[in-house]
Amino acid sequence: MSKTGQGLPNHEMEIFIGNLLRTGVILAAATVFLGGMIYLVCHGFTTADYRVFQHEPSYLCSIRGIIGNAFSFHGRGLIQLGLLLLIATPITRVALSIYIFARKRDTLYVIITLIVFSILMYSLLGR
Amino acid sequence: MSILVFTILIWLGSIAAGFLGSLTGLGGGIVIVPLLTIVFGVDIRYAIGASLVSVIATSSGAAAAYVKEGFSNIRIGMFLEIATTVGALVGAFLALRLPTPIIAVIFGLVLLHSAYVSSRPRNENLCLDRPDPLATILKMNGTYPTPEGLEAYNVCSVPSGFSFMFIAGIASGLLGIGSGTVKVLAMDQAMRLPFKVSTATSNFMIGVTAAASAGIYLNKGYIDPGLTMPVMLGVLLGSSLGARHLFGAETKKLRAIFGVVIFILAIEMIYSGLKGGLLK
Repeated sequence: MSKTGQGLPNHEMEIFIGNLLRTGVILAAATVFLGGMIYLVCHGFTTADYRVFQHEPSYLCSIRGIIGNAFSFHGRGLIQLGLLLLIATPITRVALSIYIFARKRDTLYVIITLIVFSILMYSLLGR
Repeated sequence: MSILVFTILIWLGSIAAGFLGSLTGLGGGIVIVPLLTIVFGVDIRYAIGASLVSVIATSSGAAAAYVKEGFSNIRIGMFLEIATTVGALVGAFLALRLPTPIIAVIFGLVLLHSAYVSSRPRNENLCLDRPDPLATILKMNGTYPTPEGLEAYNVCSVPSGFSFMFIAGIASGLLGIGSGTVKVLAMDQAMRLPFKVSTATSNFMIGVTAAASAGIYLNKGYIDPGLTMPVMLGVLLGSSLGARHLFGAETKKLRAIFGVVIFILAIEMIYSGLKGGLLK
């Protein structure tokens, strides 16, 4: 493929980001699937009820709680860990962009990307 | 209903939602919430949490391909993500406070709007006059691949695109959808980017926008593992199947059917929202 000089510096970044996103999704889906199978084996024959909303127990809501629960191979904890990996995928993409913009000495975009990154971290770790 | 049967039914429904969502470009999220609430009787807060997670999965999966092809404009995406992520936080905070019937009604209205926008043909409306000076400062003007080689494009009205993105972020955080139609609208109509660039850049942004509110939903206990598992796996499978059939012959017919389905779901959401609380 012929590329003008303008397009070139971005390409390395595009391939890298593309691969990162795909790997993150596959890893997350595999973890969710494993957790799901364990969950169904243990709880598949109890009755489903999602009509009434109750907040999830706290061990399924915080990063520390989820990791603890997942590593004792509880189905629900493993699923949450997979979902956490999924949420982390675009966040890692943003973090990586900070590095790539910094390497290109693009200060303006380092700042822009840092702003987006702080908003995401606030959401995930806030309170 | 046992959890096993319930999970399999939700999984199959999510495959269909992901398939149709990716064929029509609306995304799976927009059908998942009405499917779960109306058909399966799930509380809308669980449905929003599950849908949002599936949105991250499909966006990241599809973005990988788009980004590699060089259609996504990473600078435009990054800059506009300031607006969409702040909007998503606002949307998530609203979702924690608004009564569920009101959320249902808003969902129905957004659903109607999306169906309307996606049913209209898109007319290419490129930024041929001078680019926005802000776009030049932000180095947004770029190139994209066409059959004739790389073609350059300019970017118009950055501030109005930015404000549209804030609204798209609120919709995403409040309703658990990708709000791709609003994002594409902002880039097509306001910033006047080429189709493929706005579609691919929108897709690229959806995952980051959804991640901003997903963190809050997880912390607040809206994301139920048992429900989200079949939804995420189903939508992901369905949308990758849909992406493969994107240029098939049946697309037009499917789009028409999908439009009718969306219209019915939207009316049902609005009706049940009004019945469930507002008119009591």
